[in-house]
Amino acid sequence: MGNDVVVVVEHDGGVISDTTFELLGKGRELADAWGGRLVAALFGEPELAGELGAADVVRFAAGAELGGYCPEAWEALLLNVVESVDARLVLIGTSTVGMDLGSSLAARWHAAPLSYVVALRADGDELLATSQIYAGKLLADLRVTAPRVVVTHIGGLLPSDAGRKAGSPALEEIDPAVLGSLKSAFKERRVPDGGGVDITAAPMLVSVGRGIAGQDNLELAQEVADALGVPLSASRPVIDQGWLPKPHQVGKSGKKVKPKAYLAFGISGAPEHLEGMRNSELIIACNTDPSAPIFDVAHYGTTVDLFDLLPELAERLGD
Amino acid sequence: MRIVVPVKQVPDLVEELELNSEGSDIDREFVKFVANEWDEQALEEALLIKEAVGAQVSVVAFDEPDVDQTLYTALARGADDAVKLTGAGDGWLSTAERARLLAQWLSGQSYDMVITGVQASDDLDGQLAGTLGGLLGVPHASVVVGVEPGSGSVTVTQELAGGTVVTTEIATPCVVGMQTARQAPRYAPISRIRQAMSAGGLESVEAPGEATGPAEGVELLRLYPPEKAGRAEMISGDAPAVAERIVEILASKGLVKL
Amino acid sequence: MPVGGRKQPPVATELEAATVTSSLSGREWELPGMWNRMFESRVLSGYTTSELARISSLPGGESIEWCYGCGKCVPVCPVDLVGEYGPRKLHRKAQTGVNLLADADLWMCTTCGNCLRVCPKEVDMIQIMPAAREAAVTDGVMPAELQDVFEKTFRQGNCLGENPRRRHAWTKGAGVPVRVLASDPRPVDVLFYVEDYWSYHPRGQQAAQAFARIADALGVDWAILGAEEKTLGDSQRMAGEKGLFESLMEDVVATLGKYAFNRIVTPDPHGFNALRKVYPTYGHNFDVLHYTQLLAPLIDRAKWAGSVEAKVTFHDPCYLGRHNGEYDAPRRLLASIPGVEVVEMSRCKENGYCCGGGGGGMWLDGFNSDRVTERLSERRVKEAADTGADILAVCCPYEVSRFEDAAKSTGNEHLKVLDIVELIDAAMFPR
Repeated sequence: MGNDVVVVVEHDGGVISDTTFELLGKGRELADAWGGRLVAALFGEPELAGELGAADVVRFAAGAELGGYCPEAWEALLLNVVESVDARLVLIGTSTVGMDLGSSLAARWHAAPLSYVVALRADGDELLATSQIYAGKLLADLRVTAPRVVVTHIGGLLPSDAGRKAGSPALEEIDPAVLGSLKSAFKERRVPDGGGVDITAAPMLVSVGRGIAGQDNLELAQEVADALGVPLSASRPVIDQGWLPKPHQVGKSGKKVKPKAYLAFGISGAPEHLEGMRNSELIIACNTDPSAPIFDVAHYGTTVDLFDLLPELAERLGD
Repeated sequence: MRIVVPVKQVPDLVEELELNSEGSDIDREFVKFVANEWDEQALEEALLIKEAVGAQVSVVAFDEPDVDQTLYTALARGADDAVKLTGAGDGWLSTAERARLLAQWLSGQSYDMVITGVQASDDLDGQLAGTLGGLLGVPHASVVVGVEPGSGSVTVTQELAGGTVVTTEIATPCVVGMQTARQAPRYAPISRIRQAMSAGGLESVEAPGEATGPAEGVELLRLYPPEKAGRAEMISGDAPAVAERIVEILASKGLVKL
Repeated sequence: MPVGGRKQPPVATELEAATVTSSLSGREWELPGMWNRMFESRVLSGYTTSELARISSLPGGESIEWCYGCGKCVPVCPVDLVGEYGPRKLHRKAQTGVNLLADADLWMCTTCGNCLRVCPKEVDMIQIMPAAREAAVTDGVMPAELQDVFEKTFRQGNCLGENPRRRHAWTKGAGVPVRVLASDPRPVDVLFYVEDYWSYHPRGQQAAQAFARIADALGVDWAILGAEEKTLGDSQRMAGEKGLFESLMEDVVATLGKYAFNRIVTPDPHGFNALRKVYPTYGHNFDVLHYTQLLAPLIDRAKWAGSVEAKVTFHDPCYLGRHNGEYDAPRRLLASIPGVEVVEMSRCKENGYCCGGGGGGMWLDGFNSDRVTERLSERRVKEAADTGADILAVCCPYEVSRFEDAAKSTGNEHLKVLDIVELIDAAMFPR
């Protein structure tokens, strides 16, 4: 059984994802524990190899046909990588790439797949993992003795510093013949524009409530929204005061929204409001009252004053 | 063109999940099962393709709790036929088992596309679309938000982190893991579901094998609820520190660039 | 009008000119549209009748054709008071070629029934609305909020999508034992059909608990179905999902068939309406009472340990009052509570103003928000505040959350919204 750890490098627009660095850090730890090598698999954009100093080896492939991401090409390349090194574990983020390749690689390489992993460590020669299932309602502790494992790991949970260290890994190009008979063709990559006035279609929302205290103060929140390129929304009191037009209202009597991130400032979280936004993928709430119900549905909360926080955020998110 | 849409039942997460006495699984007697929400997206996309260019849409599921209602709902929405694979075992089927049995069943079918949900809440061992694609040795794509059929190929649009989308043309037959259909899953009027039920259009077919239990080499030690469920993680510090942390959180989700 | 709300200006849809055929000479006259209504029988060649026929050809939609355009329905329509609506206006839109099944107006009617009360031709929106909406729903056209409620109701048996097993979770806080028939199936006098909002909404649960204490103290022999209960789904029916209503009815009738009871009592006027008026048309006959009708004859037995020193105004639920003729029982209960002084709002009883929750409106505040200047509940709360009352008393489970929300949004936080059972409870068992 091999001891090498392979990390799939995810990149978009010439930028390596944070999750990749997190996994390089974790992969480094496991490879060291097992006495194996850390292998970074980099498909497309070979110049990014310079950032992969944490790895011992970078196996890379160049070629426009790889595009931002082309599932079939990446799968063929990844299969080549795991078969040509002494791989025991493959780490991929729980992302489009991870869902695509993690499962199919496991099937083709006859490995055990683990999904939605939130913690991973070596225990002697075994691997202990914790997975998050049922949308995070339950955690599963797993002991893995399989000789080949493919892990898709949820991003944002590990420090990425360990994966960012400098080094000089061996650069090994994958034989382009691996891509000999592709039945797929990459066509295009598009970056969407930041959203419009339709708050239900916006990827993120900056939302204000009664705590904003006056129409003039909306400017503070507007600056954060502008920095993110997303619209401003509000809870009912703000709309009732006429500070924002009705189409901006979130809640039972406004619009139901489900953005990727909902940033709530000065919203206490009346049930009618929560009904309109509780399914947002990420909720970050700022309210000076630590017992405000909004914190029951928020993922992250803070009780600092929104008048202090908004300018700080605008400054960091601007330019 | 024939599109096969595998669907499955998952526990309704509206409810609290109870564990069985051994703590090795959820209490399946207690929970209510509903159609996997991403499978509904898959069916919708298949029906949109059918409306645009014509296709036979076949829905397939294993014999799971309340699966009949899901299959009849699919027929009421416009699926052409519905197959229930029986005898694969009483318990829960892992993704790997499900994929293996479906791959065997599909090997006796003609199909151009398999469209299924990108994931399910109980996927502990990978997602169906990728696993099935790997087993069948056909091109596949996940987190798909649009499928445009061509001749001998389809053009799929996949969503990457941060909203970037990539478009790829892949040859058929292929497997697609659907994230979001081009329009919200259509409503099946209850009267039409009841009509479908009384017409009894379900085809029960013996599954091509039995579940062989969990994969070797992975042992479930414990199943438990996370400690801090349902309450925000409070960020400490003054406003600049909190702002810093919020930006980090957004960046970790790929929502902003640092 | 004494309080709030402003009319939206009407949208002129008449053609500038029309051709009128004389019934005597057969001659055709070109006339400007403003003259059209001067003639009793006329042929408007500029319009198609197909859109009106689209509605009137539906089973239940027939009476829209009987409209002769008097317009009496418009000033009594609660939606028109805050918008631009009314049965005659819908009729007119259809006459001018608008497909109502694809029009957002279709979802604004709360089926309050005030138009039917004044209509000389008995154009019956209570039949027309569910019929037209059913046709739209069958085509898959409906507000997303409503689709969500239909799906939740079909899946979970309640409009809130809550866990059916927790239907009787509220009984734990009642302070008195509540009998659940599944675990104690002996015959019972009153089967109490709790319905969704009293089962699950926090404010409804408080009312349910108050009811339990009162029923216990008054010696009522009663029990609930618990997890076996499913909503009766009357508002889903009025919102266009008759199939869902019928599916629920099959389950409900089967469940009820398992137990022996004398009568059904429910706090929900919508469920009450379903059992009293709709179930019999399918051959299912039950003795059914609204909870106010159960308690009113028994309230003399109450031992009042305290009082409610307050000025109270009462909002008639459309489906208890106008739809089923009960205006008295709630008022008798209120009058019996020591300390309560009842003041009436200008619109009450037969002309009571609608809270906006009926006919699916409960779930459509967001969808309709762009087409009204204020919510019906907001207008009603202002009317209640205008009486100088301290408390707005209600006896429909939809209303507490609607009016509490509206009291906040209209700056009338001082007006408390309480169910009648909560007032009785406060006076019988002061804390």
